[in-house]
Amino acid sequence: MHYSEAGLRENEYKALVETLGREPNECELLIMGVMWSEHCSYKSTKPLLSLFPTEGKSVVLGPGENAGIVDIGDGNGIAFKVESHNHPSAVAPFQGAATGVGGIIRDILALGARPIASLDGLFFGDPELQKTKNLSDGIVRGIGGYGNPVGVPTVGGKTFYDKSYTDNPLVNAMCLGHVKLDQIISSQTALPGQAVVLLGSKTGRDGIAGAAFASIELSEDTKSSRPNIQIGDPFVEKLLIEACLELKEKGLIVSMQDMGAAGITSSSSEIAAKSGVGMIMYFDRVPLRETGMEPWEIALSESQERMLMIVEFENVSHVMSIAEKWDLDAAVIGEVIEGNDYIIKDGETIVVDLPATLIGSDCPSPDWESSVPSDLAEKWNFSVENIPFNNDLTPDLRDLISSPNLREKKWIYEQYDQMVQLNTVTGPGNNDISVLRIKGSEKLVGVSMESDPWKCYLDPYRGGAETVARSIRALAVAGAEPLGMTNCLNYPSPEIPEQFWELSESVKGMAACCSELDCPVVSGNVSLYNETASQRILPTPLVGVVGLIRNEKEMLRCGCWKEGDHIFYVGLSDPSLSGSHYQMHKMGSPKGRPLIFNGQAESDFVARALGTARKGLARSGRAIAGGGLASALAKECISSGIGAEMKLNIPTRKDILLFGEGGPRAIYAVPSDKIVEFRHTWRGFPIVMLAKAGGKSLYIEGHLNIKVEELQKIWRQE
Amino acid sequence: MHTAVVIFPGSNCDRDVIHAVSEITGSVVVPVWHKDTAIPTSTDLVIIPGGFSYGDYLRCGAMAARSPIMASVKKHASQGKLVLGICNGFQILTESKLLPGAMLANKTLTFICKQCFLKVEKTDIPFTLKYKNDQIVQFPIAHHEGLYFLPQDSLREIEQNGQVVFRYCTSSGEISEDGNSNGSLNNIAGIVNRQGNVLGLMPHPERASERIMGGTDGALMWNSIKTWIDREGA
Repeated sequence: MHYSEAGLRENEYKALVETLGREPNECELLIMGVMWSEHCSYKSTKPLLSLFPTEGKSVVLGPGENAGIVDIGDGNGIAFKVESHNHPSAVAPFQGAATGVGGIIRDILALGARPIASLDGLFFGDPELQKTKNLSDGIVRGIGGYGNPVGVPTVGGKTFYDKSYTDNPLVNAMCLGHVKLDQIISSQTALPGQAVVLLGSKTGRDGIAGAAFASIELSEDTKSSRPNIQIGDPFVEKLLIEACLELKEKGLIVSMQDMGAAGITSSSSEIAAKSGVGMIMYFDRVPLRETGMEPWEIALSESQERMLMIVEFENVSHVMSIAEKWDLDAAVIGEVIEGNDYIIKDGETIVVDLPATLIGSDCPSPDWESSVPSDLAEKWNFSVENIPFNNDLTPDLRDLISSPNLREKKWIYEQYDQMVQLNTVTGPGNNDISVLRIKGSEKLVGVSMESDPWKCYLDPYRGGAETVARSIRALAVAGAEPLGMTNCLNYPSPEIPEQFWELSESVKGMAACCSELDCPVVSGNVSLYNETASQRILPTPLVGVVGLIRNEKEMLRCGCWKEGDHIFYVGLSDPSLSGSHYQMHKMGSPKGRPLIFNGQAESDFVARALGTARKGLARSGRAIAGGGLASALAKECISSGIGAEMKLNIPTRKDILLFGEGGPRAIYAVPSDKIVEFRHTWRGFPIVMLAKAGGKSLYIEGHLNIKVEELQKIWRQE
Repeated sequence: MHTAVVIFPGSNCDRDVIHAVSEITGSVVVPVWHKDTAIPTSTDLVIIPGGFSYGDYLRCGAMAARSPIMASVKKHASQGKLVLGICNGFQILTESKLLPGAMLANKTLTFICKQCFLKVEKTDIPFTLKYKNDQIVQFPIAHHEGLYFLPQDSLREIEQNGQVVFRYCTSSGEISEDGNSNGSLNNIAGIVNRQGNVLGLMPHPERASERIMGGTDGALMWNSIKTWIDREGA
């Protein structure tokens, strides 16, 4: 077999032969092809990912483990991570999305944490096309079809439509788990003489080399990729969760790793490498779903609902009895040995003998070339005069608020169980963030998920920074101090220099914002090659930020104006139309440069917003995001069922203030007895009182007049 | 008040219902594993929680209804003691013939999770004695198969017997298609057996038991049961 058939490049093959001091056999070659694939090795992005700050006062576990963990006090930790399942979802939307949800749940479980909530970042193509309707319908059903039975609520997410995702929709699944800080399970603590146990489903031929499939461009003929798709069984996953948590409670697990990409090989060799030990695997002891499976198929099968754990040999029978209680298969399939040898035996035959540390790392970094796109000047060539100004902005607001990107996503989230486990304080709907309680503690956890592909397309650095900032602003307004971030970097092929430049620049922008706002990155995932022969996705970094609300009193909700509240706008009055929803609506494509990232203004905003929420100075607050100030006002009116009447005294074009995007800005509804203190908190920051809440219409003198009832109807598509 | 919550493989509201009942009533709630053959003798109330027992792979609740523990649940019911089935638990009760009817796929053919308004039409049973007659309450639903179905003559029978406890309605209490998200016959959301000691409902009272979860209408159910049991015991 030629190395290229296994997916290896020439320099990678040479490095492999040099390290081994011999030619790899066929099974070894197939394993290395998958383990050194982009999906498993992160070879293209490793140097870039090192730009992210990873340390902070709340970080318990950073990148390198199955997921990150932040400390929320009282001995509690929140584990979280987001992961892509893009390629499978493009080919088999239901199963692709379902197994994406299942996979990320096992990442969280591997740390000994109980999975408590899921969020999903969904990027769909042209909303007018039947293809998009079919894909989005299948993906949404898949997420619910897995998340609902498994008993993990889907509490929020992000949905975004753009024609660049028509052939290659994106599914980014995020999961959060709760773990006692003194009960975290590591994947780095295996010792020689311990048993390697496989718990969960039998191993079959599904999803073989799925990781390699996710590391190349999608072929036009998606049907041919079906065998690479994994099939999910949420019922077994539910049993697996309970069994693993029971094993953890009883102190029977030394080390644990989920089986995701590259199945048994990846999970076992990772534990070995991270623990600094070797391993012998006995493939004739692996419970199989079908007969005649070759060692390489067993090694690389991505059959779902399996966990690998290291246990003391004396505890094996206890482990088996708990597996039996939960009707799960379990088998000792190997043992931990001293040294660095990762050996697979099939009967008496040694079929693989590789250094454990070689498998999951040591892949040569390809060092892709980067170049500034030649059409950058053309992209940036925009002046507001390109958008003809009309005094009456009512039709524009109507169009925006009813557009697929901004309207209510009830058709999606009502298909998800949002409440099981009884922790969802704020779920999906007209909310900026999702909020979970932690039973037995006063603390609440806020989560926000954001992405801003149009701005990343125009200026990846600024767009990347804005994406992170937007997520943190939303948390701060709600009273949640950001503790840590996870991200999913979705891009087309890195092998095109201009595309690699976009990837690099956006990571730099995100990293700059993380550093400035003291928000360490604790976990993440990279998905490249999101393109087909005729289409490539916009650069789409997605972030999920977890924040801490100290108690319910310090939480600020949104969408709850009361008659007579004073509506304040905080922030500068010069956002940008570049990459805004309004610009897309008016021009059909993004143009110009989004707002420059201003770290000082951002951190100033975060401090004041947190102060506002913690001191209870506002009744309702909303950070301004997609669709700008006008959309934020409209959304507040929609949920509150109250209007507002205002006059804008600014010399510039009103559509820039009303529909522009970017920068730290928010609107607050402040009861009259809190106005003095509210103003005091924001002194030194641009602030203006817009209106008093009241009436049945959202009215802006000379520019906007629309009934709240109509806003509700068009937003809800009734 | 002694409560036992039966846990099947795939139950996923077991921990929720244990939390809500113990939180609201301050009483002890014990889990009973489906492989157990008996429920504790002191048990006043057996709850069969929501979820996807056995994955719901055959027909919702069909496998669980044939599980060994159900013999004890039936015995418990036959002694006039209380049994409550919520969501998948309701499906299990109909599959076990402890309650009449069957659940079909929602009229939307999708899973639906949302807040619903219900009218409480029967308040002379242990589960609802703290509610006012025709009180409008808000409980969430979360199911794919929740369309309550009965042949016409049986439907007439349970209506005549006054076995309908909860009916889906609008926020103003109107019994119409508007409030009937899953398309249940006669807007039926919950029914009781003729003896009045076995209740099944699709909506989730345990999800409406604490203010921070968005409402406390469900807490009245736990308080009703506690009041009744305390009174009976005295």
